[in-house]
Amino acid sequence: MTQDAAITMRNVVKRFGGNTVLRGVDLDVRHGEVTCLIGPSGSGKSTLLRCAAFLEEHDDGIIRIGGAPIGYDAAADGSRTRLPPGEIARVRRSIGMVFQQFNLWPHMTALGNVAEGLRQVLRLPKREAQDRAMAHLTRVGLAERASFYPSQLSGGQQQRVAIARALAMDPKIMLFDEPTSSLDPELTGEVLTVMRDLAAEGMTMLVVTHEIGFAAHVGQHIVFLDEGRIALEGRAGEVFRKPWHPRMAQFLQTYLDRGASVLLEG
Amino acid sequence: MNFDALIEALPEIIDGLEVTIAIWLAGCLFGPLLGLAIALGRQFGPRWLDRGLWAFVEVIRGTPFLVQMFLLYYGGPFIGLDLDPTPAGLLGLIVYGAAYFSEILRGGLIAVPKGHVEAALCVGLDRGQVIRRILLPEMTLLVLPACVNMWVVLLKETAILSIITVPEFTLAVTAFGSATFAFTQSAAVLALAYWGLTELTGRLGRSLEARFDRFRLV
Repeated sequence: MTQDAAITMRNVVKRFGGNTVLRGVDLDVRHGEVTCLIGPSGSGKSTLLRCAAFLEEHDDGIIRIGGAPIGYDAAADGSRTRLPPGEIARVRRSIGMVFQQFNLWPHMTALGNVAEGLRQVLRLPKREAQDRAMAHLTRVGLAERASFYPSQLSGGQQQRVAIARALAMDPKIMLFDEPTSSLDPELTGEVLTVMRDLAAEGMTMLVVTHEIGFAAHVGQHIVFLDEGRIALEGRAGEVFRKPWHPRMAQFLQTYLDRGASVLLEG
Repeated sequence: MNFDALIEALPEIIDGLEVTIAIWLAGCLFGPLLGLAIALGRQFGPRWLDRGLWAFVEVIRGTPFLVQMFLLYYGGPFIGLDLDPTPAGLLGLIVYGAAYFSEILRGGLIAVPKGHVEAALCVGLDRGQVIRRILLPEMTLLVLPACVNMWVVLLKETAILSIITVPEFTLAVTAFGSATFAFTQSAAVLALAYWGLTELTGRLGRSLEARFDRFRLV
C-alpha cells in the first residue's frame, strides 16, 4: 500500500518441493501496531513470518521492510532480481527475530548473547556493549541472571534473553515466531508480559501465535491464515466478535471448546 | 630378566617414549587443525573442492595406516619426497588423523542447530562471523567426546611408525626384547605404557566434558 508501511507483502508465494505453502499473500503491517498471525497448523503462518526475515526465500512476490525490498526486488520487466547478501543483511538490520526454540547460543552467557551483536556488528567497545546489553536484560527482568548460561535458565528466561538480544540491535520491527509454544503454561505468562510491555511502548510487532487471548487483548490487526491464503483479516475486536469466515469460526471454536471464552471477553 | 641389559637400554627406551609422546601430541594438535581446514573446505567451499577433499578422505580412511606409511616412506622418494623416518612418521600421522578428524568436525558443523545460525544472521553477523563466533565454538563442544576417542587411536597408531624405523617407544622396547629374548616382558611393558597414556587421555577428556557441561545445548 504505502511505502512507509513497516512491512508490505505482495503476492508472496512459497513452495517446499511440490507443496505450495503460501499461495499469493498480500499483507501490510503498519508502524506501531501489533499484527497477529493466527491459523491452524500448516496454514503457512510461520513460513510467512520467516519469509519476512528472508530466512525462507519466497518463490514469487515482493516483500518490503520499511520500503526496502528484502531478498528480491521487482525488475522493470516484471521479473524479480535477487539482491546481494550485503543488501539482505542491511535490510534485515531493521528487524528483530524471536524464535519458538529461543535459539540462544549455548556457549555464551545471557549477557554475552545480548552483547554479541553490539560487539560484532555495531563494533561497540566491550564496556559499552556490556552496559547496553545489561540495560536490555534489565528491561526483560533478568539483570540478576546476566552471567548464567542458557542451560542454567528456564525456558521462559531463555526466551526473555532472546527478546533482549533482538531488542539490543534497536530494530524497527519485531517478529515473533510462536514465542511461547515450547513453554510450560506457567512460563508463558512471563514472556507474554514482556511482549505486552513492548506493545505498550509502541513497538511494531508481527506475531505468529496460538495464544488467542494474547491476540485478542494485545493484537490490533488480526490476520487469519488458512491453507496458504489470508482467509480473513481486520481489527481485533471485529474479527474475534464476528468471525464471519467459517474456517475462522471453526478455528476459534476449538479454543472455546477448551474453555477459553473467558479470554475473549473484556 | 637381565637387569644389566635393561639399565643399558633404559636411556634409549626413555628417548623412545619421548619421541612417541612428541609425535602423538603433534598429531593431536595438527591433525584436528588440518582436519578443520578440510571440513570447512568441504562444507563452505566450491563443489570441486568438496569432491576433491572427499576423495582424499576416502582414500586415507580406506587404507591401512601401515600401508600408507610404507608408501610415504619407501614410495615418497620416487615423487621427490625423500623424508627421514621421523618427519615422514610425523607427516603420515597428521595426514592420517586429519582425514578422520575432518569427518568428526564436519559432523559437528552439521549438528549445530540451524536456528542458532538463523539467530546470528538476524542479529546481523556476516558469514565469517557466524563461522567464527557460532559454528566453530558450538562444533567444538559437540565433537569433544569423538575427538578424545581419536586422540587415543592416534596414540596407538604411533606404534606403527616403528616399521619405518622411527626411533619411538615400540621400536626401542622391541629392540630390547630381541636383544635379551624377553619378548613377552617387553610386550607387556608396551601394553601397560600405552594403556596408561590412554587412561590419562580419557581422564582429561572427562574433565573437559564436565567443565563444558554448562555450555550444553538446551
